[in-house]
Amino acid sequence: MDLILEGILKAFHLLFTLDPEVLGITLLSLQISGTATFISLLIGISIGTTVALTEFPGRKFVVSLINTGMGLPPVVVGLFVTIFLWRNGPFGFLEILYTPTAMIVAQAIIATPIVMGISLAAIQALPKNLRLQILALGATRLQMVWILVKEARLPLLAGVMAGFGGVISEVGASIMVGGNIKGYSRVLTTATVMETSRGNFDIAIALGIILLLLAYFINLILTHIQQRERPR
Amino acid sequence: MNGPRSILVAKDVQVRKGGTLVLDVPSLVIEEGEILSLIGPNGAGKSTLLQTLASLNRLSAGGIFFRGEKISSDHRLFQYRRKLAMVFQEPLLFDTTVFENVASGLKIRGREKPEVAKRVQENLERFGIPHLLNRSARKISGGEAQRVALARALATQPEVLFLDEPFAALDHPSRESLIDDLEQILHQTKMTTIFATHDLLEALRLSDRIAVMNRGRIVQIGPPEEVMNHPADEFVASFVGVETILRGKVIRQGGGTFVASISGREIEALGGAQLSEEVVLGIRPENVILSPSPAKEISSARNVFPGRIVKITSLGPLQKIQLDCGFPLAAFVTHHSLENLSLTEGKEMVASFKATAIHVVRRGEK
Amino acid sequence: MKQKKAIHAALAGLAIIIALMAWTPVQAQQKNIILSTTTSTQDSGLLDVLIPIFEKKTGYFVKTIAVGSGQAMAMGQKGEADVLLVHSPAAEKKFVAEGYGINRRIIMHNDFIVVGPAEDPAKIKGVKGTPQVFKKIASAGSLFLSRSDQSGTHSKEMAIWKAAGINPEGQKWYQQTGLGMGQTLNVASEKKGYTLADRGTYLALKKNLSLDILAEGDDILLNVYHVIEVNPAKWPKVNAAGGRAFADFMVSKEVQDIVKTFGVDKFDSPLFFPDAGKKEEALGK
Repeated sequence: MDLILEGILKAFHLLFTLDPEVLGITLLSLQISGTATFISLLIGISIGTTVALTEFPGRKFVVSLINTGMGLPPVVVGLFVTIFLWRNGPFGFLEILYTPTAMIVAQAIIATPIVMGISLAAIQALPKNLRLQILALGATRLQMVWILVKEARLPLLAGVMAGFGGVISEVGASIMVGGNIKGYSRVLTTATVMETSRGNFDIAIALGIILLLLAYFINLILTHIQQRERPR
Repeated sequence: MNGPRSILVAKDVQVRKGGTLVLDVPSLVIEEGEILSLIGPNGAGKSTLLQTLASLNRLSAGGIFFRGEKISSDHRLFQYRRKLAMVFQEPLLFDTTVFENVASGLKIRGREKPEVAKRVQENLERFGIPHLLNRSARKISGGEAQRVALARALATQPEVLFLDEPFAALDHPSRESLIDDLEQILHQTKMTTIFATHDLLEALRLSDRIAVMNRGRIVQIGPPEEVMNHPADEFVASFVGVETILRGKVIRQGGGTFVASISGREIEALGGAQLSEEVVLGIRPENVILSPSPAKEISSARNVFPGRIVKITSLGPLQKIQLDCGFPLAAFVTHHSLENLSLTEGKEMVASFKATAIHVVRRGEK
Repeated sequence: MKQKKAIHAALAGLAIIIALMAWTPVQAQQKNIILSTTTSTQDSGLLDVLIPIFEKKTGYFVKTIAVGSGQAMAMGQKGEADVLLVHSPAAEKKFVAEGYGINRRIIMHNDFIVVGPAEDPAKIKGVKGTPQVFKKIASAGSLFLSRSDQSGTHSKEMAIWKAAGINPEGQKWYQQTGLGMGQTLNVASEKKGYTLADRGTYLALKKNLSLDILAEGDDILLNVYHVIEVNPAKWPKVNAAGGRAFADFMVSKEVQDIVKTFGVDKFDSPLFFPDAGKKEEALGK
């Protein structure tokens, strides 16, 4: 148990002295996962909403694909992204393997189905005639979708938080496509794994605590936005 | 067919859902400023017709014309819809303030802030709810919410107003109060209104014309008295409250009247039905008079039948008396009469009704 | 109108994404070298000292990818790395023989040790010859943990079992973790079992382990590190110049001097012994 205590003390020490390496790792985690979540937000909400509102042949199949995608094992995503980005792979010419960009791509692939699936469910949960009512008010298709998204903002924001939570805590894919390179593609999760395998448990625990704090504060902000006007 | 004041016309309109024909309206002309109600049982197609007229449904055949111009989906339908407004059975308000809700139609149209504020205020006052301006839409009662929905609809100054069973989800006092207010407002604004309801009394109260629908078709359309007193067929008759419907064959006729044989009894009615023709006779329960036997005060009624009371049902202010006179007959009496005549089930009574009170549908005409 | 606002918002969003992604430091490809090495090498911390010196000197950006020896060489075989720093001699020789690698040069060595619980239930302490040690563990049926991950350590372990004439596969006392060295040592410590480890990792983790060194010093326990450049003839996309520069750097006197003293301040003995230029057979203690 003193190991954990050591870790907590180490965590505060690193934070208060603004240890540059730890600060850099934390900032990178935020930048990479933040960008990936933002991308997943754009793609996930737009496609999720479209599928929710449109009838088309094979819709059931697409919906089950999305729902399956929500549980996609991140490590499998990492493996496939690596294979695609290898020098001799189909996208090797992009030369982004072992870069933060590759990590953003992998994390976006992991987060997007989550946001998509939750958006789909959120829009479908709206009252059936609401869509017609909005159209009857003279809205264009674009205006209608925008109003529906606003109406479903509570569950949609929950979806974004789920997506963010999924990728800020992800390690398998991030190591595979990022390479855990010091000062370049090393983030909180990958650094924790490395310090553990090196036996530096106090540092590992400290990084873990910092990761928890980071996730907590981001979600605090998002929750605040989500719950802003709940009168009841 | 298109009069100078017709604002909305449906021609040869058909709507199919999954292969089934759910709406079939060869012709419907709506005059500007009229209030038309659509009545009929569940599934008759009332909502479908409303939504089709508002271009919220895709047509499988035919066309909708607004002020003479055909509405097709090549155009941007939202431009047509901006001339309309629709209110549903549920208020379907947005998760924001009452002000934002009523303003939403105007904001969608890109109106400027001062104009929006003015219109919102006007319409809240119109519906008696200006005090709800900044309230959250989640914190108001059902009746208030429906008023907000109506205010939202009228704020955009539509040329046609569609209402889909707007009072169905309200409790009795809210309904009454809202119908009163809405009646006044519709007449003041001379708003062309089409509304669907399953409540006949509502329709009678508010409409200039009533359209009775069944299975996707309009089976009768006309002013309320016409539909009520001259139902076009059995279905309409039973829907508008003709309780007794009898089938028989004409056995005698002449001089503008005829006699039909029904279950061995003879009923005399007005009309030009021919010998051996099959007829359907409708008798409203309000027109059946009961007296204790033997008959004393029969007045000018030709049709007098002794019978036995089979069932007494209380309908609030009225009692429905079902008799067996050799054929089934229904009469309404007041509570007062019920006691005066000591009506009980099983009692023998004499029922009578005038020949002029019988509504005749000649099967031969079909 | 409202349409314009929506389009503006979408463009702004797109601009943010591009900015965020472009911000991530982009390195010109010619300046990138992919160094494939093992987790134990990285965990020793030696590269954390050497790489920055190399980068400052040459301007190259070194991407150190630390995986198991097996994967490291597989990456070389696929042309996905430019230079390898590994310690699995048998596999390395095959790698070069098949034409995937060139200029295999010796860098340094450290050694393996056999560790186990202080109680030493199989009584291996003092036994001469590592294959004999393994034989004794087998006949005592004492718990032995194996990394079983195609790493250099694992290859060495298999070589010793072979020399002892024993096949441990499937035996109840032989447990395969599939994990890295540090984790395998932790498991061995928890379960009070024996294992083969490299001295460097053991020393680094010693304070948290309840394991003692029970056998060491045998020639078979030598762990030799070589640097191999990936053959550009097989894979034209390989950064041959970069790989060569790094390999040359590793055998340079500057590096060899650093290697000689690395770890002394922390563990009272160096973690590695520099060997550049020597013949493999000449390696002594």
